Amino acid sequence: MASTQSTIRIVPTGHTKRAKSELMRQRLRAAGWFLVPMLIALAIVAGWPLLRTIYFSFTNASLTNLDGAEWVGFKNYLNWTVLKSGRVIWSGLLSDPAWWNAVWNTVRFSVVSVTLETILGTVVALVLNAEFKGRGLVRAAILIPWAIPTIVSARMWGWMLNDQFGIINDVLLTFGLIDHKIAWTASSDTAMIAVLIVDVWKTTPFMALLILAGLQMIPRDIYEAASLDGVHPVKTFWKVTLPLVRPALMVAVIFRLLDAMRIFDLIYVLTPNSSQTKTISVLARENLIDFDKFAYGSAQSTMLFLIIALMTILYIWLGKVRFDGGDR
Amino acid sequence: MLWSYTKTASFYLLVAIIVLVSVFPFYYAILTSLKSGTALFEINYLPTHFSLDNYIAVLTTGVFVRNLGNSILVASSVVVLALFLAVTAAFALARVSFRGRGLLLMTILAVSMFPQIAVLAGLFELVRAFGLFNTPFALIFSYTIFTLPFTVWVLTTFMRDLPVEIEEAAIVDGASPWVIITKVFMPLMWPALVTTGLLAFIAAWNEFLFALTFTSSNETRTVPVAIALLSGASQYEIPWGRIMAASVIVTVPLVALVLIFQRKIVQGLTAGGVKG
Repeated sequence: MASTQSTIRIVPTGHTKRAKSELMRQRLRAAGWFLVPMLIALAIVAGWPLLRTIYFSFTNASLTNLDGAEWVGFKNYLNWTVLKSGRVIWSGLLSDPAWWNAVWNTVRFSVVSVTLETILGTVVALVLNAEFKGRGLVRAAILIPWAIPTIVSARMWGWMLNDQFGIINDVLLTFGLIDHKIAWTASSDTAMIAVLIVDVWKTTPFMALLILAGLQMIPRDIYEAASLDGVHPVKTFWKVTLPLVRPALMVAVIFRLLDAMRIFDLIYVLTPNSSQTKTISVLARENLIDFDKFAYGSAQSTMLFLIIALMTILYIWLGKVRFDGGDR
Repeated sequence: MLWSYTKTASFYLLVAIIVLVSVFPFYYAILTSLKSGTALFEINYLPTHFSLDNYIAVLTTGVFVRNLGNSILVASSVVVLALFLAVTAAFALARVSFRGRGLLLMTILAVSMFPQIAVLAGLFELVRAFGLFNTPFALIFSYTIFTLPFTVWVLTTFMRDLPVEIEEAAIVDGASPWVIITKVFMPLMWPALVTTGLLAFIAAWNEFLFALTFTSSNETRTVPVAIALLSGASQYEIPWGRIMAASVIVTVPLVALVLIFQRKIVQGLTAGGVKG
């Protein structure tokens, strides 16, 4: 990592050896003291709670009786009982249709939303990378969806997508795109579409800014050379821009994907009680807090954690994405 | 010639669509918040009514002002706490080379990717054990999980870029690491601190899952939860006007801050994203 150049390297040479290594030791000691408070804080708010969640997933804990939790093994994940008749009854989340429905919803939502956001984000980034009058204004405008709290976006769009008085239905009716008013958030066919619309609206700016940062690192003379050689702009995009912006794009995609996998607030507010949009996080919280199935909810949370951890490892391994500052 | 005109025209059309789609929902929320009574249920694209009834209702009835206070208290405390812990840690991570530094940075990044739900059960137990349930402290405590890794990460990338000569000069003058941080780096770090602090503030201001779970009474809620749970006299009557007024109240300061610090925020985001 090239960044070591910016840290002070103390090379012990000659008569100053003693003094300098003493200095290095002092720096290392200070570094240790500086890191300890942060590490303790992270251990308390992240490490320990995670371990406890995993532990609870192997117990029969309930919301009102956390201390009396007893170890039950993998019962919350998968369990079976053989009846006298020889029939086997499965239980646990791996045999629970609600769980698989949530997994399917989460995957569907994440893949579709991140794909749309990547495409639209690239378009917006390309627009912002061009030089035109009022570029600053456009950049300011796209920051607005990002700045609005998710809950507020959910409420705002909930109103706009309202079946009776919503402006979206009005626009679509005026243009003749639909022939009757649609109950976007309530109807099971459109609930997921509604969630996707709001999420794409809210997070495309973030994607666009990350891609834009990548675009701006591409030297302009490459484009000049390409246009001098008479390469078609579309070909330039596929052959020059995309390969060069790929590292930035990959990091943006993985960040968004991991973020999309854990979505909770938008769905909780925009489409409550819709089984078409219930994701793992929503289902897990419902079990943890509302249904008093604390251990079962813990098992679902643990599974989500495992899925996300696995995805991260796979992605780093396959894509060779460097999070440590890459070429710095 | 014609072709080039068409190209320019379609480019500006695209720009116009981007701006319209970005801005319209917020504009429409403001429009709605200024309507009262039955005007709410007429669909208008341009401002036609001007009534502050919804704002007055939100601010005088119920505990929304209290919720605003809670949000400000929680978000500012979280920022101060995270920055305090992160500045020193970032110094160690950016300026001192030691074994396992890369691994440590990866671990910190991994924590920021934790799904919040994965720690919810464990945090719930901790919050109750510490007697913090239904107090703002529960939120200040739990928000550290996402503000701290983020601030450490961004400040580390900022600090790495500071020229090594300044630090060398300070060492030659016999300055200890603590003096280097407070007297040499801090004055240079102000822009970075403002950016990271602002981003952490926004994250804490918007957080929903922990706020929903660790508070249980109207008085202790933060604004996102208050807005999500705002309901009318009956279950079927959603007070859209008041919801929009409350939404505008909590969003206007954020939008203003973001627009003022535009450049800095974009820098901070990309430092946490592309380099992160």
